Amino acid sequence: MRTPIFFIVALLCGTAVFGAALWSGNDYIFYAGYVVLHFIVLATAWNILGGYCGYVNFGSAAFFAIGAYSTIALHKLGTNISRYFPDAIAPVAELIMPLPIPVLILIGGCIAGLVGLGTGYLTLRLRGAFFAIATLALAVVLQTLVVNWEFVGGARGAYVIAPQTLSIGNFELRYIHYLAFIMIVLVVIAITVARLIERSRLGYGFASIRDDELAAEACGVPTLRLKLIATTISGALMGMAGAPFPYYINYLDPASAFNLSYGVNSIAMPMIGGTTSWMGPLVGAIIIATLQQWMTVTFSSEWGVLFAGALLIIFVILAPKGIVGHAQDFLRRRRQQAGANR
Amino acid sequence: MSQPLLEITNLGKRFGGFVALEGINLTVQRGERVGLIGPNGSGKSTLVNCVCGTLSNETGSVYFDGQDMNGLSAHQRTHRGMARSFQLPRPFGSLTVQDNLRIPLLYTVNARAHTAADTQTRSHLSPAEIDARCAELLGLVGLADKADKLPRDLTQIEMRKLELARAMAADPKLLIADESMAGLSQSEVADIVALLIKLNERGITIILIEHIMSAVMSFSQRLVVLVSGRKIADGKPEAVVNDPQVIGAYLGQ
Repeated sequence: MRTPIFFIVALLCGTAVFGAALWSGNDYIFYAGYVVLHFIVLATAWNILGGYCGYVNFGSAAFFAIGAYSTIALHKLGTNISRYFPDAIAPVAELIMPLPIPVLILIGGCIAGLVGLGTGYLTLRLRGAFFAIATLALAVVLQTLVVNWEFVGGARGAYVIAPQTLSIGNFELRYIHYLAFIMIVLVVIAITVARLIERSRLGYGFASIRDDELAAEACGVPTLRLKLIATTISGALMGMAGAPFPYYINYLDPASAFNLSYGVNSIAMPMIGGTTSWMGPLVGAIIIATLQQWMTVTFSSEWGVLFAGALLIIFVILAPKGIVGHAQDFLRRRRQQAGANR
Repeated sequence: MSQPLLEITNLGKRFGGFVALEGINLTVQRGERVGLIGPNGSGKSTLVNCVCGTLSNETGSVYFDGQDMNGLSAHQRTHRGMARSFQLPRPFGSLTVQDNLRIPLLYTVNARAHTAADTQTRSHLSPAEIDARCAELLGLVGLADKADKLPRDLTQIEMRKLELARAMAADPKLLIADESMAGLSQSEVADIVALLIKLNERGITIILIEHIMSAVMSFSQRLVVLVSGRKIADGKPEAVVNDPQVIGAYLGQ
């Protein structure tokens, strides 16, 4: 299927799901669904670097938080324009603030993408466990910076009160519906990007890096440049997933923005779903995040992280190709058998 | 005489206090078949790595096709027309045999088409042309029926052939085959030698690094011997193997 057609079909599917949720009349679906959706984006983003290139990033929370905190900073600027902007720019700022969420997503994505590029430049000479440790350190460093950055609330956290409804012309939309729909669009963008990479020259290059970096260089693959492209795209998508988060959660503190669950989940979901195809993170995220939402209301959210961790261990040992990988193997074997029987 | 394809002058490399290569001078003419031999640990693979840019040399220079290779990374040297196979086959394990060849076609042949510096007008390959080139290369090395297999399903000799086909896919001027025949049976060795000679007849200069003397002798027009990081002999194969210094190095003094 060609990419534009895939994008439209995926968007139609997303809209259908959105419509079904609206029709059910239960708002809880949107609150839970938002979480599932933003994990799909995170898992897909992680997979571009972790699955396609083979570089395990433990610092997903950092990129997610960069997106979230860029929104908080911009929101804060918008609440007191006369104080933060010089008189000459204030009228312009007055006109555009508060920025609409799609713009915030773009800004969060750009900042996180730049941080991804910078991190890549500093750490991509490291391999394996050392790269993973470096990304973990990045999360710790950024969290410390945010804790000490008074403007975005420091350790106390910051409030971003979203309006109840959003009016577009004379059409009124509940804000959570609006956020969920934006997330659906973001999911469609993320999986389209992942699928596009997978089937392109870039995807082959990434796979060669994952399999054998030295041999890739010998085949003419500019490995450093490709890895930087991967960290940038991956970081940018994670930042985009984080940017609308303050409007969803309404109160954000460093402990929740840099929460362990982002690091663990964005690794566990693609690994469980399967890392070699765009479908893996999608399937993994839907299954894990949905079960976690159920656990959160049934037991507690801590159980959700434990569950993802335990499942990750089981899959890494028993089914390293993930659900999608093993399903593809099964189908291939069946096709071959059918071919042999004919 | 025309400009040599490869010109190595005074090349040196140390690992800590260990001198891996010292004062290596080597010139390879276009179209030549050169054998490079030496006991284990004599620096053959280090020399290959320095020439191909996997390792950086500390002293000396490498000129390839009239260009100074100093400071160029491995993939840039591949773009200029060097290709190598690895001592232990290093296929891309998650890609099919055919897709293994796609990597150099996409990243070297097509990358070359983009660079204006290249004086030859090479055209950008379309996906169909890439498929055709893959099939042609697999036919050349005799892996046509394995195109959709994964490398782990290949036998040892098929793996070696894939390694050579992948190096060839980069459309090189110089092919450095690093122990392409280790661990193969007599008839398989003959198979690979015949393949290498076939490649040479297509105009590719080849440096063969090998322990199996029968293969080296039947392949090489010229033989170079490395011992303890130094070149001790360079000349006609028959003369080199009868050189007392070479015999001494191999049998021990």
